[in-house]
Amino acid sequence: MSLKVLVGCKRVIDYAVKIRVRPDKLGVVTDGIKHSMNPFDEIAIEEAVRLKEKNIVKEVIAVSCGPTQAQETIRTALAMGADRGIHVEVPAKEMEKLEPLHVSKILAKLAEKEQAELVIVGKQAIDDDTNATAQMTAGILNWPQATFASKIEKKDDFLEVIREIDGGLETIKVKLPAVVSADLRLNEPRYATLPNIMKAKKKKIEKMKPADLGVDTTPHFEVIEVTDPPAREAGIKVEDVDTLLLKLKEVGRI
Amino acid sequence: QSTLVIAEHDNKNVALITLNAITAAKKLGGDVSCLVAGSNCANVVNELSKAAGVNKILIADSEALVGFLPECLAPVVLAIHNQFKFTHIVAGASAQSKSLLPRVAAKLDVSPISDIIEVKAPDTFVRSIYAGNALMTLKSKDPVKVITVRGTNFEAASLEGGNTSSEDVAVTDLPVGLSAFIGQELSKSDRPELTAAKTVISGGRGMKSGENFQLLYTLADKLSAAVGASRAAVDAGFVPNDMQVGQTGKIVAPELYIAVGISGAIQHLAGMKDSKTIVAINKDPEAPIFQVADFGLVADLFKAVPEMIEKL
Repeated sequence: MSLKVLVGCKRVIDYAVKIRVRPDKLGVVTDGIKHSMNPFDEIAIEEAVRLKEKNIVKEVIAVSCGPTQAQETIRTALAMGADRGIHVEVPAKEMEKLEPLHVSKILAKLAEKEQAELVIVGKQAIDDDTNATAQMTAGILNWPQATFASKIEKKDDFLEVIREIDGGLETIKVKLPAVVSADLRLNEPRYATLPNIMKAKKKKIEKMKPADLGVDTTPHFEVIEVTDPPAREAGIKVEDVDTLLLKLKEVGRI
Repeated sequence: QSTLVIAEHDNKNVALITLNAITAAKKLGGDVSCLVAGSNCANVVNELSKAAGVNKILIADSEALVGFLPECLAPVVLAIHNQFKFTHIVAGASAQSKSLLPRVAAKLDVSPISDIIEVKAPDTFVRSIYAGNALMTLKSKDPVKVITVRGTNFEAASLEGGNTSSEDVAVTDLPVGLSAFIGQELSKSDRPELTAAKTVISGGRGMKSGENFQLLYTLADKLSAAVGASRAAVDAGFVPNDMQVGQTGKIVAPELYIAVGISGAIQHLAGMKDSKTIVAINKDPEAPIFQVADFGLVADLFKAVPEMIEKL
């Protein structure tokens, strides 16, 4: 069996950018800010491309929900080796209110439409930090899930997956079709080479809207407020180890 | 209004984070029920029956639940929910519950609320976004709130004084053959668990090698501390990922956190900045870790740590 794989890739504020809360306190400043592909989704794309290089996968489809700029994220995925892209257009204003549940419904619909046998996404997006899209996509499809994967191996019609859990590792197997969420150590994503970036420009990106897939994106949440976290008061510098130990004794920590 | 807490356990003992989740559940108001699902988990039920403030324990005991696979646990939770119609389903934000609860939420067609740090009202919660660089207060409009709770932000409920009755629930109609548990390899250590330790010592890229972490283990043994690491140290291959403290690793809030050779990247601070006392040892006086440290020592860690070991 040669698989068709759907990979979710989210456009997020670049991990190195300092986050600033918007004056209206309903979100963070995104205008004019550098965005990149969610780092965990890069790992997801890389894994799909590696599976293709091993002839386990026949086609890698990169999906991104978001405004026009989400196409840049898809182009990055295509330059890394994905075969084609699907851009589910969600205007910037609505994107702020798009919840992982909606994205899961979109991915589930696309998996059915494309007859994909595997969905891979990053374990969480570094903007909302929710960590739920893989689990919900699997739930909606009634497929098994392998979350926080650090190693994937295909054996017959199932995947054997090593997962990162609290306190160690766990090995499970899931029957295909399945949903996998990528953890940090699954692989190290490649950099797209210039020839591959050029090639990616010729690859096809299909455009659609959530409504085209019959997905209702009415928010389930109302954002009341977004604020800065409480600042921690800067402490003091100590001269040497003796002073450090003395101070720690004074506050009763040792 | 009523809440179901999904207890996490290893079929022997209840996990500490479940006790934090029970405290959060009590803050929601209304009855609190606990689900203990597993195989041969009588001792867990016994322990939990002593938890104060729990009204009922529901037991789903079946061989089919070996390995706590979400494909099997989710139908169990949904069947119980159908029977009792809870307004809230709550669990600690552990690897296991983070796998399970969103799957349950999707089945109920509700948006899960991950990793809350505060309960403002039964429908309003605070959670951190962007690795703790902003806090979001959100109101859920869903009829059932499916919530995971950050353990370090809620006190653990006491396992004394309660005397809760329990009842068995039927475990039927589980999917067959979707997934299987093969095995676990837990890191063996005599030191306390990272998220439960009163003192945590973490090393960063400045440790230079995995072997040099031995320095931190020696110091940890003097202080009965757990040892963690920054993502940089994990990425460099010094130590395994389950030691990672940070946004993409474990969130810790011990009484004392000692950061050794850690610069203090945003993603690391997100995992430890709620610690009560923070010590930073770094030779770079400009390292951002000093901005959150109560006590900063600008020094070569390879001199300072051995000196600490000697003087403790």
